[in-house]
Amino acid sequence: MSGIDKKTVEKIAQLANLKLSESEVTKFTSQLSEVIDYNVEQLNKVDTEKVEPLLNASGLVNSTREDITEPSLSQDQVLKNAKETHNGFFKVKQILDQT
Amino acid sequence: MKTIREIEKSLNNKEISSVELTRETLRVAKEKDQELASFLSFSEEIALEQAKSADNLRAVDKEVCWLTGVPYGLKDIIVTKDVATTASSKILEDFVPPYNSTVYDRLLSVKGVLLGKNNCDEFAMGGSTENSAYQKTKNPYDLTRVPGGSSGGSAAAVAAGLVPFSIGTDTGGSIRQPASFCNVVGLKPTYGRVSRYGLIPMGNSLDQAGPITQTVEDSALVLNIIAGYDPKDATSFKKELPDYSKNLWEGVKGKKFGVVREYLNEGVDKEVAEIFKKALKTIEKLGGEVVDISLPRSEQAVSVYYLVMSSEVSTNLSRYEGIRFGKSRDHFGPEVKRRIMLGTYSLSSGYYDAYYLKAAKVRRLIAEDFQDAFKKVDFILGPTSPVLPFKFGEKIDDPLQMYLCDIFTVPQNLAGLPAISIPSGFVGKLPVGLQITANHWQEEELFKAAFAFEQETKYFEKKAEGF
Repeated sequence: MSGIDKKTVEKIAQLANLKLSESEVTKFTSQLSEVIDYNVEQLNKVDTEKVEPLLNASGLVNSTREDITEPSLSQDQVLKNAKETHNGFFKVKQILDQT
Repeated sequence: MKTIREIEKSLNNKEISSVELTRETLRVAKEKDQELASFLSFSEEIALEQAKSADNLRAVDKEVCWLTGVPYGLKDIIVTKDVATTASSKILEDFVPPYNSTVYDRLLSVKGVLLGKNNCDEFAMGGSTENSAYQKTKNPYDLTRVPGGSSGGSAAAVAAGLVPFSIGTDTGGSIRQPASFCNVVGLKPTYGRVSRYGLIPMGNSLDQAGPITQTVEDSALVLNIIAGYDPKDATSFKKELPDYSKNLWEGVKGKKFGVVREYLNEGVDKEVAEIFKKALKTIEKLGGEVVDISLPRSEQAVSVYYLVMSSEVSTNLSRYEGIRFGKSRDHFGPEVKRRIMLGTYSLSSGYYDAYYLKAAKVRRLIAEDFQDAFKKVDFILGPTSPVLPFKFGEKIDDPLQMYLCDIFTVPQNLAGLPAISIPSGFVGKLPVGLQITANHWQEEELFKAAFAFEQETKYFEKKAEGF
């Protein structure tokens, strides 16, 4: 059993930067436990000793290109969808203490 | 609705201009869509402009592309410059992309006509299109049932004759399952065949775009345009592209079709299994040989998929912070939050090895199973979905049950294989799809097999009543 309780769900929500309501926390606690328990039980049936993880099914590795600059989006285009801008920059909330 | 080939003919013969066709298609689509709700938006002005430009080209050039002047839809997860792209989510309600996806760029380059953007599950997460934050698309074959998902708007629009084709995306069956539910043709190409640039990502190692069409030939004609290497997508492949529509008539004589018998015992609707057995008879009649195979690790495919996919989802969707574009994170719907939570948990410290890494290892075994199978057979056959199109609300509150319905479609994404769903019969008025899977880069072979089955059975000719 994964032992997912309300506290775990609240911690995960914080890591995921999601604000959950009380009822969402309750619902996710049972749904995540159910889904995780089922999936882990399934996976544990398989012996994976000496098996390398498969991260990309096509087998392509390290696709590179010449280091040549090409035209890209203009500053105006890039900022077009921003909620707040300042002097041509994205404006974000202060995250560091001023002192 | 005429097929792409038929439309091409009437445009070439000057029976109709693209502007006239676009006007008429828009008029009919808007009217029918009041009931169907398959489009989130119609881009009328842009469509007429593109149609005019297509007519101008056709007037001076006799050798234009088969898609020139042909209207189509795009799943609203495909980014279109200056045309709102929402991913059916409230978080992107006001997002107007400053760039084009490569898929759309390719269709622009041959002067196809973008009629509008199709509804889907929010961020392509779901199997019924009920997770769209905007509207519930209905199944044209039974308006009380879902069209499948996540590309449900695309499949319903093509099935109801609103557009001759639409482009969907498929992360764990999202092109094939709605195609099966709506009696149309849905192709998920090999991973790397079609550029992912400008597809709003869900699971980067799994996502592929592909055509949803009325016929197999149309599917080949669309893939011809959207496939190919793209420097903007580092996972797209430099590989020669055949003309997919050229050798469709070659048939399946002497080809071997693998079937996993144990699939048909558990969890598959009886009627679906019956239709599948009938399809096997048809394959044999066409000269194909049906062979028993086993894919022992497929049993774990759904579990691997939900851990790998949700991990990629939680990473991908961290980009929505309401600063550079879009709204704040409280605008995500319930299924999106659920998958972000699941993925964040799988990746979190202390659990990574047991969940994500373990899943990635079993993923390799699933891919190896397929390679063993393809030493013995050319294709693998199965039903696309274990269940018939279901009623609205029937599964939405039980995520695990909904997830288990993906059993036949997720293994191909995990292994990066191409697969196609084609019409294979009806239970009452409800369509049932047949899925054919081939080895990497074998889309041309896939089309030949699908075409042979289609020409023998012609289930695509049975249109939804009232549409």
